[in-house]
Amino acid sequence: MNKVLVAVGAVIIVLCSGVVLVVTPYFSILRQTEPQSVPLGEADPAIARGRAAYVDLGCVYCHSQQPRDKSFGPDFARGWGYQPKAQDYTGQRPHQLGTMRTGPDLFNIGDRNPSLQWNLMHLYAPRIMVPWSIMPAYPFLFEEKAEPGPDDVVLVFDWIGVETEPPIVASQKALDLVRYLQSLKQKEEQNVQPGT
Amino acid sequence: MFETLVSLSGLSALLTLIGILVVAFAFYTHGMSFSNSSGLVIFDRGGLNHRESMDASKDSSAWKNLDISTRTPVIYCLFMACFWLLIGSIAGLIASIKLHEPDFLISEAALTFGRMRTFHLNAVAYGWLSLGVIGIATWLMPRLVHAPIPFSRLIFFGGLSWNVALTFGLASILLGYSEGVEWLEFPFWVDLIIALSGALIAVPVLISIIRSKVRHLYVSVWYILASLLWFPILFFIGNLPHIHEGVEHALVNWWFAHNVLGLWFTPMSIGIAYYIIPKIIGRPIYSYNLSFLGFWTLAIFYSNVGVHHLIGGPVPQYVVTISIVMSMMMLIPVISVAINHHMTAFRHLGAVRDMLPLRFVVMGAMMYTLASVQGSLHSLRALSRITHFTHYTVSHAHLGAYGFASFILFGACYFVIPKVLQTNWPYRRLISLHFWLALIGIAIYVIFLGIGGWLQGVKMLDANASFMESVLVTIPYLKARSFGGLLLTIGHMVFMIHFILILKRFVDKKKGKSS
Repeated sequence: MNKVLVAVGAVIIVLCSGVVLVVTPYFSILRQTEPQSVPLGEADPAIARGRAAYVDLGCVYCHSQQPRDKSFGPDFARGWGYQPKAQDYTGQRPHQLGTMRTGPDLFNIGDRNPSLQWNLMHLYAPRIMVPWSIMPAYPFLFEEKAEPGPDDVVLVFDWIGVETEPPIVASQKALDLVRYLQSLKQKEEQNVQPGT
Repeated sequence: MFETLVSLSGLSALLTLIGILVVAFAFYTHGMSFSNSSGLVIFDRGGLNHRESMDASKDSSAWKNLDISTRTPVIYCLFMACFWLLIGSIAGLIASIKLHEPDFLISEAALTFGRMRTFHLNAVAYGWLSLGVIGIATWLMPRLVHAPIPFSRLIFFGGLSWNVALTFGLASILLGYSEGVEWLEFPFWVDLIIALSGALIAVPVLISIIRSKVRHLYVSVWYILASLLWFPILFFIGNLPHIHEGVEHALVNWWFAHNVLGLWFTPMSIGIAYYIIPKIIGRPIYSYNLSFLGFWTLAIFYSNVGVHHLIGGPVPQYVVTISIVMSMMMLIPVISVAINHHMTAFRHLGAVRDMLPLRFVVMGAMMYTLASVQGSLHSLRALSRITHFTHYTVSHAHLGAYGFASFILFGACYFVIPKVLQTNWPYRRLISLHFWLALIGIAIYVIFLGIGGWLQGVKMLDANASFMESVLVTIPYLKARSFGGLLLTIGHMVFMIHFILILKRFVDKKKGKSS
């Protein structure tokens, strides 16, 4: 068989597939998304930093951010939210849609679990908060401080009868990460109009 | 705008259709003249009807000289591939243990699950598999075009800078500088070096194909030629920064991630198997015509399957549907390759039993059929509804990347390294040990994780079950997976030790000659 034919054919085929799977959807998504939301990060630098922490710790490898339609599974019933539309992800780079659910979907976690203390303690020691959890603990996002300053966020373990001495203080990265998680909320208008 | 969209979509559909018709037409006209004798080009006068032995000294001098001509780049690439495999599988084992012992190694950010898993994937994909297929292709090309590769030093330097880039890329992941997109985690500057190294490696191979004067280019050449063109294009588009965002980024992500399997590892591995199986057995492949059909249908269909990873997601549904249809169409190339590989092997089962490299390659070809049929079936909405988001996908990925591609690479390494070094393997038993560790390990891995993932998916879709149940149901299967992974890792240690031993033997022999 002709080597030129193989080479040219191979390149044309892969470019075609790019047109089918990347370029055409690019335009059809452009049609759906109106430039409406403030790009992430401009709204709140802490959220942007938190998102970067979410990315570099690889949260996406266990948590999706794409609840499926009611007809497709009980995602909505689990409180994960309505199926989002393309415009819900405008400006997100890198995307964090995820393809694994070793842990629950986080698209709507800010609504479901907004507590700062709960989220911090869960990051520090997941199994204190959720006994069956297999999430890794992130002790390196916290430090022990004998005398926490007035701005430090100290983990409050008293209510479960655990005394920690010296006190455990959340790092800026942990606070940013939780700030980002708190910001993950389904927009109001979509609660009225379920996804397609 | 909408008109543009419709016309673009229609245009690409039309192009694909034309592609299929061209294949059909060429098959019809060419097919007749494509006699099975074209499959004989890989044999020299004494090679036909003769099992190619693992004893390198028995080869004809023409083959010997060609094999030796690629010694430096081939040994370098394969040794580094083997090194990354070992490192990568240890990282994978750590990540696997973390899923059922979540408080294992938690004190360092670099060792957290999200980074270990990513390190594992990149080390085995861009280290082991990529350098492995590059090394084997470098050895194979001179045998196929009957001439040494010109500028083969470029391949060595390409491999060197590839390894440097890979080291920086993996370090970036451990230190938290990941780009955060699955399969595309390396920072952009690392990607650039990898792409350039890939070009350095591809150029000499492409030149040797262009210059070749052989009367017929064997099917393996088509696969290698196409892959060497596909990978840089995919890698470049996939990594372009600042263009993609949101859902569109996800589409590029999965278009790339599935194509790196479909248009890089798969065709390279198939091409290698297309050479090694008939070569060792000493008989041409079953039907040379089918190989022609298999090649073009693979190119057309496999390049479009990626978006089934976003099934049920916030992407235009027609894209997902295209991917599902194409995934089903993949049965055509898979069956053609399966007939060719299996019919050739099954007629000579004695050779499969006796020849250890062939045993690896035939097993790999069988797992290719399995993985591909499984992949086509579970791309269907009814099945992927259950398997999506679960460990089942991980099990399937390992059947493909390990059971298929790595097995073929193992076999090829065991076949090629002694020929290139002109030194025999010191211990035949270590190869056999590696084979059984790999086979039992991957069987445990794929079967248990597949079942665990399926059960996880069923629980996750059950509105009456809490999410907790979908986690707890997987634990015993995750433990089994760690055990399977442990066996694989031990196998890689055996492979590495044996590799070092043959190198030592080679060096000793050289010293003995010179003194």
